[in-house]
Amino acid sequence: MRALVWHGANDIRCDTVPDPEIEHPRDAIVKVTTCAICGSDLHLHDNFMPGMEKGDIVGHEFMGEVMEVGSEAKSALKVGERVVVPFTIWCGECDQCKRGNYSVCERSNRNKALADKVFGHTTAGLFGYTHLTGGYAGGQAEYVRVPMADRTHIKIPSGLTDEQVLFLGDIFPTGWQAAAQCDIQPTDTVAIWGCGPVGQMTIRSAVLLGAKQVVAIDRVPERLAMAKAGGAITINFEEESVVERLNELTGGKGPEKCIDAVGMEAHATATLDSMYDRAKQALMLESDRAHVLREMIYVCRPAGVLSIPGVYGGLIDKMPFGMAMNKGLTWRMGQTHVNRWTDDLLNRIQEGQIDPSFVITHTVPLDQGPEMYKTFRDKRDGCIKVVLKP
Amino acid sequence: MAYYNRSSAGDNLARGLGWFSIGLGVAELMAGRSIARWMGMEDRTNLIRAYGVREITTGVGLLALGDPKPWIWGRIAGDAVDMATLAEGMRDNRRAGNAGIAFGAVLAATALDIVCAQKLHQEEAHYRSLPVPDYSGRSGFPRAVSAMRGAASDAPIAEDMRTPKILQFQPATGQAGAS
Ligand SMILES: NC(=O)c1ccc[n+]([C@@H]2O[C@H](COP(=O)([O-])OP(=O)(O)OC[C@H]3O[C@@H](n4cnc5c(N)ncnc54)[C@H](O)[C@@H]3O)[C@@H](O)[C@H]2O)c1
Ligand SMILES: [Zn+2]
Ligand SMILES: [Zn+2]
Repeated sequence: MRALVWHGANDIRCDTVPDPEIEHPRDAIVKVTTCAICGSDLHLHDNFMPGMEKGDIVGHEFMGEVMEVGSEAKSALKVGERVVVPFTIWCGECDQCKRGNYSVCERSNRNKALADKVFGHTTAGLFGYTHLTGGYAGGQAEYVRVPMADRTHIKIPSGLTDEQVLFLGDIFPTGWQAAAQCDIQPTDTVAIWGCGPVGQMTIRSAVLLGAKQVVAIDRVPERLAMAKAGGAITINFEEESVVERLNELTGGKGPEKCIDAVGMEAHATATLDSMYDRAKQALMLESDRAHVLREMIYVCRPAGVLSIPGVYGGLIDKMPFGMAMNKGLTWRMGQTHVNRWTDDLLNRIQEGQIDPSFVITHTVPLDQGPEMYKTFRDKRDGCIKVVLKP
Repeated sequence: MAYYNRSSAGDNLARGLGWFSIGLGVAELMAGRSIARWMGMEDRTNLIRAYGVREITTGVGLLALGDPKPWIWGRIAGDAVDMATLAEGMRDNRRAGNAGIAFGAVLAATALDIVCAQKLHQEEAHYRSLPVPDYSGRSGFPRAVSAMRGAASDAPIAEDMRTPKILQFQPATGQAGAS
């Protein structure tokens, strides 16, 4: 089959690889009809995430048709059914899964021993996302093996297009959880850094959850325009001071809720801390650029909440932790517990409360994927979200 | 926004110059004395070492993932400083010939830097001339945003995602934790 394969920094290729097979009775094989490139894939493409190996198939936002089901998954899944596959693989039986904490499932990471060493304790297995999270082959491919498939799926009723439901596998619940874990009150100002696909979903979620005011921060004009369309007040961080504007919008008190939908590859306009991060990252003394985190800690109202869906890979430097501690901030973060939210969100899509396909700007065949990684990363051609058709 | 495309022709050249900067910088730093002697400018050994540090910094800047333009201009400014130092060093120098060779090499590098800067600015100009797509209609909502605000405030969100009552801002009753 054809699949997008990681070969190193800036080197993802569309290769011919062996078809996946059932390896365990709980597995299923899914024929991918639509998949997408996620901002998290960019961290792999740019080689900022440790734990990738040459030959790894990437992609973790995908959906399709069930082709084959292992004996132990048969009661839950049938050949021919249409499913979106969540990027977090979960067993449904461990203590964490029982609490709904699927992204930290204790059993789905087959490289548990490695993850236990690196993270202290393992987190869930993820598709197409480094050997620290299981090294499972990803979904930017014609076929995928889905482990623990009896749990790891979202069934899609007929009458909805792939484009409407695809993002249930990642960015929609990610934006939703980012907003939900802020416990938004009708009096809240929610500030969201990053108007990429995750930021866009977060903006819509914060509006639906009833925030008084949603403020979105980025520097890419068309992304800001899309944020505004979703109901956000926008700040272009290259043109104005984020801290001053946020204080202005909140009567000098700062936003109650701050969301980092940017992650480890944050940009900044020639601030001292960003130059420092750039240099350290280039010399491999630091893996993540934490400009957004520092800004959130600074501007957030004391006793406020920081919600961090943005992905970080390793070490960050110059964290104003004294400020965070003294302000009594609550930190919420993590990979998304996708299946925790998807029944509700699928309902909302069916009812027509939201149509997540608004974010798609590019649809191309799978073999153009490698080129589209660059277009997406460099924000060329108005690119916000890329959908691939195997 | 500051535009740069980390896979364009201009950018590849910038990256090449970044490696060149680092190579030259390391040489100046480690072999500052021999270089100075070869050019008959022993009294400038420390200056050459300092230039080495400057080259390394610029090189790292060019290779890091940001906009290469300011760093390329940094190189061009550095080239000018190098040439001024060499021109001054060539006077009354028994090895003026060698210093001249170095001067020529810097001149050639400057030319390349200028080509690179031009390319990068052209790429930016081209990018800016492209039409900005209009996404102002893409709300994702079926109705006006004002009608959608709070439409999901009944969403099932488990207690573990909620802020403990005592930490909530509203309603403020003046009593600790009361709400
Ligand atoms: N927690 C999860 O489960 C989960 C799931 C999906 C994605 N993610 C992460 O979410 C993040 C965003 O993903 P995406 O798909 O939207 O990616 P993206 O790269 O398209 O979006 C990032 C956006 O942040 C903007 N940005 C950069 N620096 C900024 C700054 N200083 N201030 C404000 N904005 C800034 C960029 O211009 C860009 O528009 C990534 O880190 C991704 O890995 C997390
Ligand atoms: Zn993702
Ligand atoms: Zn589990």
